[in-house]
Amino acid sequence: MSDLQKEVSDLERKSATAARLFDIRRIIGGLFVLYGVIVTIAGLTVSDADLKKAEDININLWTGLGMLALGLFFLIWLKLRPVTAPEPEE
Amino acid sequence: MQSPPSATHPAATHITLAEGLRLPTNGLDYVILAIYFVVVLGIGFAARRSVRTSLDFFLSGRSLPAWVTGLAFVAANLGATEILGMAATGAQYGVAVVHWYWIGAIPAMVFLGLVMMPFYYRSKVRSVPEFLLQRFDRSAHLLSSALFAFAAVLIAGVNLYALAIVVEALLGWPQWVAIVVAGFFVLAYITIGGLSSAIYNEVLQFFVILAALIPICVIGLKKVGGWDGLTGSLEQSHGDNYLSAWGGTGIGDANPLGANWLTIILGLGFVLSFGYWTTNFAEVQRALSAKNLSAAKRTPLIAAFPKIFIVFLVMIPGLVAAVLVPQIGTKGSDLTYNDAIPYLMQELLPNGVLGIAVTGLLAAFMAGMAANVSSFNTVFTYDIWSKYVVKGREDGYYLKFGRLITAIGVLASIGTAFIASSFSNIMSYLQTLFSFFNVPMFVVFIIGMFWKRASMKSGVWGLVAGTTAAMVNYFWIYKQGVVDIPTDQGANFVSAIVGFVAGAVVMVAVTLFTAPKPEAELAGLVYGTVSLSDNEAAEGAEAGDDAWYRKPALLGWGAMVLAAACYLPYSF
Repeated sequence: MSDLQKEVSDLERKSATAARLFDIRRIIGGLFVLYGVIVTIAGLTVSDADLKKAEDININLWTGLGMLALGLFFLIWLKLRPVTAPEPEE
Repeated sequence: MQSPPSATHPAATHITLAEGLRLPTNGLDYVILAIYFVVVLGIGFAARRSVRTSLDFFLSGRSLPAWVTGLAFVAANLGATEILGMAATGAQYGVAVVHWYWIGAIPAMVFLGLVMMPFYYRSKVRSVPEFLLQRFDRSAHLLSSALFAFAAVLIAGVNLYALAIVVEALLGWPQWVAIVVAGFFVLAYITIGGLSSAIYNEVLQFFVILAALIPICVIGLKKVGGWDGLTGSLEQSHGDNYLSAWGGTGIGDANPLGANWLTIILGLGFVLSFGYWTTNFAEVQRALSAKNLSAAKRTPLIAAFPKIFIVFLVMIPGLVAAVLVPQIGTKGSDLTYNDAIPYLMQELLPNGVLGIAVTGLLAAFMAGMAANVSSFNTVFTYDIWSKYVVKGREDGYYLKFGRLITAIGVLASIGTAFIASSFSNIMSYLQTLFSFFNVPMFVVFIIGMFWKRASMKSGVWGLVAGTTAAMVNYFWIYKQGVVDIPTDQGANFVSAIVGFVAGAVVMVAVTLFTAPKPEAELAGLVYGTVSLSDNEAAEGAEAGDDAWYRKPALLGWGAMVLAAACYLPYSF
């Protein structure tokens, strides 16, 4: 084994990322649910001027619902398949 | 760094937005933007507790899952200069923009995943220059490390400057405010959370930018009467070739791209694209942070699938803008090609979705900058500082130094952005210059990985010769008009081919006269040698890695077939 491989293997053993880094699915899920709710509400209270601007598509409503669905997907995925963190050494 | 097109594409390097593109943002939009900035910082602080060693800080401890590194791989390239620049390319050249994705990215990404990643990942190198050190010698290593570090800061600065221009035009913030605010946020989240924080923010940015671009495409298409309405109008105004990928690219034919099918396939598809995707550390770093060899191989392959379809999200706004503003990019209009997406945001998006789009654009600028900063600090610490300046200290020292150099790198980019705002011509010139250093990287890697005999000295000479040849071709043969090439774009493709060939010839020639590397030192670095960690390859493999949908070969060939199939509707 080369010196480099020894050094990196050693650092890999001491690394804390696998054991202590949070799961990004929680953040994506949370942010998109929040954005989804905000934008969906904007869509439910849409003004005629906004509708006209967006070619009569209630784009806030559809985008909001889409973001909400994506957010929920990540939260459900997290719930169904949680990461089992390896036992931290030491 | 930007992908091959944007690095040399004038559209992306001098972003100037037309006056009068101020967006009608309101409080709702700013709430959405503010939430994003809070989350960005939150990710940095939350990632802090996972940083114990320098490997955690620079490579996430080589422990991330493939879907995270894969999305970060595609997002690191999906900076805002790329998005605005590719929409501009779409508005200018039409459907030909697909070349930068389907032939200019997918084959190289698949090659990286299936062929090169085992050498990169198993050798445990922590950066692309470190591979050159293991395979060749210190001169090749120092040259590529120094150039990469310098170019990364330069491009981070140019990104920041482009952000300032866009934010000034769209939101009315003074340029220096935008530079300082964005620079501060990037500084904070990378210094605190390291690469994990950069990668997590890239994954988040990927989804936000999709949420920004999809509504623009949907409303834009409806406005011009759907896809049929769009193609109908464009056929009349721009001709058939504008809607075809290969139309007018016969050798000797004139087309706006100024390139023929051969230079597109060899120059863009082979040399430029392979050089960028397989040897640019800002990209490869994402794969090296994956948790095992299987995940590392899958990183660029998972990235390939979104990459195939993202082109529609940038091409459609470009084409729609070309219909709505037929004069775009010419003297008859205030709007330049780069204005395509901002113009549609202003015209079509109501408050709410507008806030998402502004957030997506700012996020993309910051991610583009962060990808450069987070690769710069790694190369500077591992490859320059710990090997040539302060050697052999304990790991904690290099972790501390890494945080310090991150801060210095961001401050240097902020300085570069201010310089760029007064001397933007010099900046785009420097960027063109640096793009030539990428050209021979791929030839040096491919010969180094597949030819055991290639000597220690051949690496550095291949790099020097390839770069010089590409520059001579561009600045002398093309610029001085020795050979007539219609456009800059076409000249770049040809220069790339010339650089590749020159690099290969010089490597072979130098090898014949200089000593090979001892075979024992090549183990695991070159095809046909026994990797010392072969028995370890299985180590770290996880249950489920052999599921059919995680087979690298299937993913890779699937992406190739899909990209080829995507060409069909635009080729006849």
